[in-house]
Amino acid sequence: MNTPVPADWYLLLSAALFTLGVIGFLIKRSLITVFMSIELMLNAVNLSFVTFAHEWHAVKGQIFVFFVMMVAAAEAAVGLAIIISIFRVRGTLTVDQIDRMKL
Amino acid sequence: MNEPMLFLPLIALLPLAGFLLNGLFGSRLPKALVSTIALLFPLLSFALVARAAWMVHAGLALPVAEANAPTWIAVGTFHVGFQFVLDQLTLVMLLVVTGVGFLIHLYSVGYMEHESGYWRFFAYLNLFLFFMTVLVLAGNFLLMFVGWEGVGLASYLLIGFYIDRKSAGDAGIKAFVTNRVGDFGFLIAMFLLIAHFGTLSFSRITAQLSAHPTLTTGAATLICLCLVLGAVGKSAQIPLYVWLPDAMEGPTPVSALIHAATMVTAGVYMIARTHALFDLAPAALTVVAVIGTATAFFAATVAIVQTDIKRVLAYSTISQLGYMFLGCGVGAYSAAVFHLMTHAFFKGLLFLAAGSVIHGLGGEQDIRRMGGLRKTMPVTFWTMTAAVLAISGFFPFAGFFSKDAILAAAFQHGSTGKLLWMVGLVTALMTSFYMFRLWYLTFLGQSRAHSASDGHDHEHHHHAHESPWIMLLPLVLLALLSVCGGWIGIDRFAAFLAPATGMASAAPNAGHTELFLSVLAVLVAALGWFVAHLFFGRRTSAADDAAQRLAPLHRVLEHKYWIDEIYTSLIIRPIQWFARFGLGWLGELTLVRGSVWLLVGVTGLCGELLRRWQSGNLRSYAAWLAIGAAALLIFALAGTLLGMNSLADSIHWAVR
Amino acid sequence: MHLVLFLIFALFALAGAANLLLQKHPINSALSLIVVMSSLAVLYLLLGAEFLAMAQVIVYAGAIMVLFTFVVMLLNEGREEKTWGSRAARTVGFPAVVVLLATLAAAILRAGRHYGMVSLSDGITTTQDLSKVLFRDLLLPFELTSVLILIAILGAVALARKDDGNA
Repeated sequence: MNTPVPADWYLLLSAALFTLGVIGFLIKRSLITVFMSIELMLNAVNLSFVTFAHEWHAVKGQIFVFFVMMVAAAEAAVGLAIIISIFRVRGTLTVDQIDRMKL
Repeated sequence: MNEPMLFLPLIALLPLAGFLLNGLFGSRLPKALVSTIALLFPLLSFALVARAAWMVHAGLALPVAEANAPTWIAVGTFHVGFQFVLDQLTLVMLLVVTGVGFLIHLYSVGYMEHESGYWRFFAYLNLFLFFMTVLVLAGNFLLMFVGWEGVGLASYLLIGFYIDRKSAGDAGIKAFVTNRVGDFGFLIAMFLLIAHFGTLSFSRITAQLSAHPTLTTGAATLICLCLVLGAVGKSAQIPLYVWLPDAMEGPTPVSALIHAATMVTAGVYMIARTHALFDLAPAALTVVAVIGTATAFFAATVAIVQTDIKRVLAYSTISQLGYMFLGCGVGAYSAAVFHLMTHAFFKGLLFLAAGSVIHGLGGEQDIRRMGGLRKTMPVTFWTMTAAVLAISGFFPFAGFFSKDAILAAAFQHGSTGKLLWMVGLVTALMTSFYMFRLWYLTFLGQSRAHSASDGHDHEHHHHAHESPWIMLLPLVLLALLSVCGGWIGIDRFAAFLAPATGMASAAPNAGHTELFLSVLAVLVAALGWFVAHLFFGRRTSAADDAAQRLAPLHRVLEHKYWIDEIYTSLIIRPIQWFARFGLGWLGELTLVRGSVWLLVGVTGLCGELLRRWQSGNLRSYAAWLAIGAAALLIFALAGTLLGMNSLADSIHWAVR
Repeated sequence: MHLVLFLIFALFALAGAANLLLQKHPINSALSLIVVMSSLAVLYLLLGAEFLAMAQVIVYAGAIMVLFTFVVMLLNEGREEKTWGSRAARTVGFPAVVVLLATLAAAILRAGRHYGMVSLSDGITTTQDLSKVLFRDLLLPFELTSVLILIAILGAVALARKDDGNA
């Protein structure tokens, strides 16, 4: 009943999620969805961290994930604020239309 | 006398200290302090020289080479130091340079009083003294070259002293550029000396020459001709004399100090200093003699018709320098140095007196508008008279002894010497004539200040006044020297100089011949005075009549043989033409602009390509980011994927 | 039991991620992302990381995703417009993605043979274990993250504030 799972399955899942994140970055047209793709990539990496922490019984791997979460929270706060001000100035979040630094 | 303390470096460094003090802080110091600094340091320098002279008189053995001179350049066996050497020749030159130099400094305090840039003027003068003392004290060619170039620099700065006048700046550049031609010769000579002797030290070269005279005459002649080119440039001889008349754009004390008494004689000094080489090269000596004689004659003819008081003196200086070259050329080095010394006295005096006249007339330099100044400027008149008599060669004034010594030496120098002597004698006649012309027109007769032309400045003459005592004191002292300076006699002078310039130059006492020559020289001088008296003494129209009857000749002389024009069209124009069309079109367009264009083009092309990359589109950046990540990943994992152990192995594999 | 849980939640995570890409409206994408994150929280639990599982739910699925949905609703952008972006994204990006995935998969499959198995009986890393490391060995970095977050809050406030606020 208690069938074990090979650790590399977790890693493969992580790689697949990461690749999906990259694809999202490439194909999504809304800036906010692109940002979500980045979060997806971060989560994928977190999964591999946790897997390796389990594999090698290293607590610090989990601590690293904890810090990534901290940074992700900070990043989300600033990034979303930037998105809001971009939208306020440009009136759109379509990435293909936001290709100038100057107005 | 174990260790004579002569403080040789200090002689040169004291004026440098004056230059630094005045040059750096002069603009903020009060005028009195500037003058004090400017006078004190040359005076101290002169005091050291006088002390050295006294010690020599008391029996100090010359030459004295400074011990432990700092090394400047040491390459293999080749060695150049900051070596100062004092010998008889240097001592004479130092006395002239610092003595006359100090007097002219003193005079300048009065002359330059109302000029702006007072501190600048004295800073430059002190700088000049520094370089001039370095030049004469130098114990090797390279250090001498430092002084040689330095006096050129000081001369340039002082000719262009009136920075608001374009003509002054042009004259400075002309002097500098013309001197470069001569310096080129000096440099080549130095390279040849290094190649032949492996040293630049005067004493070592002389020692090598006397030890094994292996140097072929051809090499000696080549070196000497290069040196002569340098001397010709510095001492304003044909064909490089053209800068000296223009150099009169500078203030008059500058003309007196640099362009009459000291700097222009550097060429003569250099030939005398290197006489050991010249003695091996008779051909070069002949060249020197011919150049000197030709210059003396040529400049004298031009001086006859010049109307600017300073230009007359400038051409006279060129002419007298020609005499010195003649003296060197016939091997009479001590006679040449003797004339150098007396010339420094009387020509310095002539310029200072002319400056006094110009000062008194408020800037008037045209002798046609002078006249009758004898009463208003008595001291200037009498001192000038002494100088005129001295330069014309009247017994017993200084010029008589020195000029006579040179002419006697030329007369005894074979058949060529006779010809040179003839020309020299005619030149002496002309010298006497143009000097007395100047004298008559300036001081005697009636004032012509309003008769000459427009008369907008005729009030100058009414204000004509004697100069202040600080200007008159140098005049009187120099007048005394002009009178008495020659009494020492060529024989004693030559004997004193013999260790430095060689005994061969001492004129053998030929008794009757020499007496005959002396009398002839005085008669010729008197004839010149007489002719000048006829033309300018009583009726001034006689000169104009003669000028009209000889109109073509007069025109040629008045335009100085069109030498400046010939140089312009033959040398300057082609160089300018080549610069504009040759270098300007070919070099500038193809090389300079072409390379710039190429650079701009390549940069622009790269930018054009890279600019497309930076589209600003987030998704394209993401794509590049992704491929970068993939590349990095492959690079990092290549080893693992290919079954290798480490990154280093994969790099090794990739390289192999 | 473990295998079943893993397969279910791995499937949820992959489906959520795929749905994130397929949905045209950002709010749907945001909700899909919440599914992914929650599934990951379960997977963390399976790996014995109880604290991280809780933090995943609270911080990610809770705080951050609330922020996302809030912004999406605030801006109310609507459905994505159909635009054609750069050609580089297609011609360079997709080969890069393929290479990336292939390389990662190859590396994991190659190295993973030496890895052990994960089962429910492995025991868990307790919060106590974690806090021992965090508050003893890594106290300074931990405190620094608080400063980082403070600065991020200030930055967010300064950025999102209306321009007329300082006029």
